[in-house]
Amino acid sequence: MLQDILITGLVNGGVYALLAMGFSLIFGVARIVNVAHSAFYMLAAYCLYTLLTYTGMGMGLASLASVAAVTALSLLCYRFFIEPVRQHESAVLIATIALGLIFQELMLRLFGGHYLGIPNALEGVVTLLGVTIPYQRLLILVIAGASLAAVWFVLHRTRLGLAIRATANDLEVANLMGMDVRTVAMATMAISVALAAVAGVSVAPVFVVDPFMWLAPLVTVLAVVVLGGLGSLKGSLIGALVIGYVEAITVFLLPQGAFLKGAVALSIMVVVLLARPEGLYGVAFEEER
Amino acid sequence: MANSLSFFARRAWVNLRSDVLVLPSRTVALAWAAGLLLLPLLRDDPYLLRIMAMTCIFAVYAASWDLLAGYAGQVSFGHALFFGAGAYTSALTSLELGISPWFGIVLGATVASAAGVAVGYLCLRLRGSYLSLATLAFPLITLGILFAFPERSGGELGVSGLRSLFASRTANYYAIAVAMLALVYALWAIADSRFGLVLHAIRDDEVAARASGINTPRYKLAAFAISACAAGIAGALYAHFMRGAGPSTLEVGLSFQAVIWGIFGGVATIYGPVVAVFVLYPLTEWLGSFTAFGELRLLIFAVIVLVVLLFMPRGLTPWIRDRIETPCPRCKGPSAAWRATCRICGVALHHVPRAPAAAPAPPALTDPGTPRASSRLP
Repeated sequence: MLQDILITGLVNGGVYALLAMGFSLIFGVARIVNVAHSAFYMLAAYCLYTLLTYTGMGMGLASLASVAAVTALSLLCYRFFIEPVRQHESAVLIATIALGLIFQELMLRLFGGHYLGIPNALEGVVTLLGVTIPYQRLLILVIAGASLAAVWFVLHRTRLGLAIRATANDLEVANLMGMDVRTVAMATMAISVALAAVAGVSVAPVFVVDPFMWLAPLVTVLAVVVLGGLGSLKGSLIGALVIGYVEAITVFLLPQGAFLKGAVALSIMVVVLLARPEGLYGVAFEEER
Repeated sequence: MANSLSFFARRAWVNLRSDVLVLPSRTVALAWAAGLLLLPLLRDDPYLLRIMAMTCIFAVYAASWDLLAGYAGQVSFGHALFFGAGAYTSALTSLELGISPWFGIVLGATVASAAGVAVGYLCLRLRGSYLSLATLAFPLITLGILFAFPERSGGELGVSGLRSLFASRTANYYAIAVAMLALVYALWAIADSRFGLVLHAIRDDEVAARASGINTPRYKLAAFAISACAAGIAGALYAHFMRGAGPSTLEVGLSFQAVIWGIFGGVATIYGPVVAVFVLYPLTEWLGSFTAFGELRLLIFAVIVLVVLLFMPRGLTPWIRDRIETPCPRCKGPSAAWRATCRICGVALHHVPRAPAAAPAPPALTDPGTPRASSRLP
């Protein structure tokens, strides 16, 4: 039981961290609450399914192609639907809601509402501390860890990362210092959606793929991001692990756990917000006045 | 007697002509209200009445979101909590305790207001996106609790078998339409009063509002309570109209619907979300009635919203209002756009290009040759 909780919490936490990091990044840089974020995660899973079923590509190649395709799509969406209304925050918000709904309905039209299965990339199990873990779950963990490390590298060791952090810190000053804020926002959108797509591709074999699979992670990711502090990457990582473990504990220990896991995770978020209104690691934005 | 009647009739006509018919927006609002009330006399189509009744219910719901989000600036992503609280409370009390639907609606509104105050109290210190995302949690927490106790709440199927308000279809429609007109008027009056002005101030700059001696927490809680009360009445009406309440009344989708309607119609107007519901809801239902489009209903809805926003980022009604009405430059009162002068103070509305002056332009005050003038910035 304890080992189950430890492993499940870690794997789910890793997936949530992938999603929440991207969400937090684009919020920090461009102040966009991207409701369609987890819709891109759903699209990546569908893309992988299509490539595997109809083209006979290998798993690795198909995964890479899916991530690339979804990232390119997100840039198009950003350019044509979000950027024209950037001046109006509320319009951006419902533009992303509408995008999410459009993707959901398109997938529903193209693939139907039933569950689709994707074969595991790696078969077999490993026994660790008396718990049998399928290789696929370990793979998710490895991919999540590697992606997070890559994001850390990009943000802290490259000029682009410096520009992204500077823009997140103060958009106007970054603009005055000669950074192309628009390109930085596009690059951030690409990184953010690429992370979501990686998450979608890696969990697709474990979870089922259906057009509504984006709604549950969306709520969890919002909880993670608010818990950790909007725009804070460290906060997103810690928040993701907290929510992942809280869900695992609820599912394994409470009688009606599967129904209550969302409620308990969200209650934790509310409690944290009551104590710290800007989340665990968030900064209180002075410019909100 | 007949004399005084004709006097009142004439006075009403004069008022109507001088206060309502002079402004296209007021004329449209009057025609719309009259059209709603006359609809069952003109066409007694059960399907049409049903759609219009649902539209009225959602119009109240969207307008109540606007009071909270547009005026008070508390952009709630969990407005479905109040709708669902009203729906489930009135449904469960009528089923379990057998009380009358009317009392059930009052109870539903009370419970929704209490939920509003509770949510508002928890969110008092939150602002901006934090508040939006935190409010998203409350209906989902409630939904999780309802699912965990399926024997009372009916679980995923919800509760059903409620009595409707009236036996006849037309009476039900009238009850809902009149309730909608009354509630929307009340919300509009509240938003237009001093209270609404204070909410405007809180949204624009909470610190400045507090510095001006406004008890902002109390006003925010009041906004939550009023808005939740209206949404709760809408939820209770929905439960009695649908003769049941299900998890769909608490879903994220319904919360997002409020946001979409509100922003699509134009925030901080009250009438904007109502217009949005009256445009979008019948439109999607009508499209859904075609078998070819049935499955595409939500897709078309989303595409319409997206495209309209690209052209009218401030929403539908502000865009239309700016086309048909012009504010007076002096007294700020609105006038029809085709008038040349303000209907209140008579000042010229549109900037008329001045006729070329006969006399030569007066000489400049400073001599262009002096060093001081040449040192001035261009």
